[in-house]
Amino acid sequence: MEKRIRVLVAKPGLDGHDRGAKVVARALRDAGFEVIYTGIRLTPEQIAEAALQEDVNVVALSLLSGAHNTLFPRIVDLLKQKGMTDVLTIGGGVIPDSDIPGLKAAGIAEVFTPGTTTAKIIEYIKANVK
Amino acid sequence: MDIVAEVLNGSKLAVSRAITAVENEYDSAVDIMRKLYPHTGKAYIIGITGPPGAGKSTLTDKLAKEYRRRGKTVGIIAVDPTSPFSGGAILGDRIRMTELTMDEGVFIRSMATRGNLGGLSGKTADVVKILDAAGKDIIFIETVGVGQSEIDIVKAADTTLVVLVPGMGDDIQAIKAGILEIGDVFAINKADHDGVDRLNTEIEMMLGLNQSEVQWRPPIKRTIARDGTGIEELVASINGHMDFLNNTGELAKRRALRTQNELLALLDERISRFILAKITAAGQLDALVEAIEQRKKDPYTTVNALVAAYLK
Repeated sequence: MEKRIRVLVAKPGLDGHDRGAKVVARALRDAGFEVIYTGIRLTPEQIAEAALQEDVNVVALSLLSGAHNTLFPRIVDLLKQKGMTDVLTIGGGVIPDSDIPGLKAAGIAEVFTPGTTTAKIIEYIKANVK
Repeated sequence: MDIVAEVLNGSKLAVSRAITAVENEYDSAVDIMRKLYPHTGKAYIIGITGPPGAGKSTLTDKLAKEYRRRGKTVGIIAVDPTSPFSGGAILGDRIRMTELTMDEGVFIRSMATRGNLGGLSGKTADVVKILDAAGKDIIFIETVGVGQSEIDIVKAADTTLVVLVPGMGDDIQAIKAGILEIGDVFAINKADHDGVDRLNTEIEMMLGLNQSEVQWRPPIKRTIARDGTGIEELVASINGHMDFLNNTGELAKRRALRTQNELLALLDERISRFILAKITAAGQLDALVEAIEQRKKDPYTTVNALVAAYLK
């Protein structure tokens, strides 16, 4: 049986701008992935718990409100605590280039900033998913 | 991790991994299901079906919360359709159940149909058993938005709840076969919209036209899932059906029928795969197809020959 790649698309924190996340979700579906779209205003705890129950391969975080340095690493930590050690965690949104190295050090595998094509995101996931 | 032991302990990680193994047919899947099977049969299974946009997910969220209030643990399987073109899916039921995510007594899993056409995923029944073995008292199965003929849910659930919304067609629609025949309980959701009384009458008429010996008259409840109106009464109706099934011995009959269906389906699948493997190993498939296409052979004789050859 063909294994499907399962992706959780989530917006942590108090950011309600979900157009980008929805565009990415649709693109991932068209690429053959199963996308669990969990919506806006989630806590890191809710995101990690949903990722656990859905046994996803990828957690894709969208944030445009500037809280990424706090929230993204927190989510990576919670995933590890729950035993989800094989999850690829990626991020996108309004994230300054200067913040990216710090996020990567904290466990975010890659950050896709505005202007990135959805094709690039899909390619990355296919190449790096465990 | 000893997945089976951990599932029986209620470990959510184990339950999650077991579901993945079964859904993707890992080598470990059959062994996991075999060992969990003796621990199943305790949960009560409630199917929730209806057309797209009826409010099934929102209603499931409210029903789950009400059963939690009454001290039950809950499993939810939420099914959404796989795209026939890309093989992918947007699983968007969980988004209506955000608060339940942090409830320790609730486990929610989203599943894509992966080509199955009856409204469920082919592995839904197995996932029900995993949640059952893990100790969930009530398991909700939410189907995809259905039309008139995706009725696999009735084979999978003890009580089937059909959710309808007003304003979706006239009385001719109501008497057509399909999902209106399978409801043990009906919920008219978005009951603050126009056309509720009319829909209620249409459903009653359709139920009244049912001439057979019926002991259970499906109740028709009105709900507004968005704000929780009518939920307690709906739970009372579901529990009423549960009591009816228990008191009349109907539950045991339904479950025996379900077991029979599952056994035969598994047998069917196993035999097909066995023969396909033999044909493929012998490199016969393309040649057989070509001969049949060119009318040198016919498919009926071919199948008989294959069965005779491989199932001696």
